[in-house]
Amino acid sequence: MGCVEALNYEVLLRHCSFKEYRAFIKKHYREVYEVQPGYKIFDLALIGVPPIPIGVDGNFVIFPYTKPCHGTFVLKVEGKEEIEKLRSGK
Amino acid sequence: MEISDEKRKEGLIILGCPEAPAQVSLAVHLAHGLRRSGYAPVVAGNPSARQLLAMADPEHHYIGEMLDLERCIEEISTDERDYDLSFVLVHRESGVSYAGTVSVVSAGRVVAVVFGKEAEALASLIDFDCETVVAPAVHNPMPLKKAIDRVMKWDV
Repeated sequence: MGCVEALNYEVLLRHCSFKEYRAFIKKHYREVYEVQPGYKIFDLALIGVPPIPIGVDGNFVIFPYTKPCHGTFVLKVEGKEEIEKLRSGK
Repeated sequence: MEISDEKRKEGLIILGCPEAPAQVSLAVHLAHGLRRSGYAPVVAGNPSARQLLAMADPEHHYIGEMLDLERCIEEISTDERDYDLSFVLVHRESGVSYAGTVSVVSAGRVVAVVFGKEAEALASLIDFDCETVVAPAVHNPMPLKKAIDRVMKWDV
């Protein structure tokens, strides 16, 4: 199991709803993949209402990270391997 | 993952943010109902939510095994473990996200228990395959108890 604190992330949105992050990712990124909850990214199982969008911008992936008390954050993290996995549909 | 019927059935209770006054009573009630129905209750939540519940039931007469929330979701999503029945407690928008997640990763029955001041608005966000119990309970848990008992047939 991964730990988000081990990632070098940038927070793009804080305390947002799933509708807000869906709209944000789809509006700001041309390359977007939709995955199901439980999809592993950086060894984290994604939490969310299906489908969950993940954006790609250069070598960075943009994805939602949800906690029970703090809602959802949209994080930007560098990850070529994760981008390859998304593009290959694995 | 197939849910084995060789061992005792397991029922999962996923706690939300611990700030809701009704959550501890609700979790104990669900654990009690699960035990009466033949399930071994397992509770998952963040550390504060688990500690509040453990303080209310220190010898685990009702609540059974307790798990870290992220670990629990990880185990279900990687097919290491699954539950015959899961309750997801929803009193914030994040709870809808957890219900959506469990509805996808678990092969068992999933019931979202939606409560608190915003219960109706939160329930309207549930557009995925999931049973719901909805009651705007904040301090008085009885409407919620009745709604759960009716859906689970624990009132017969």
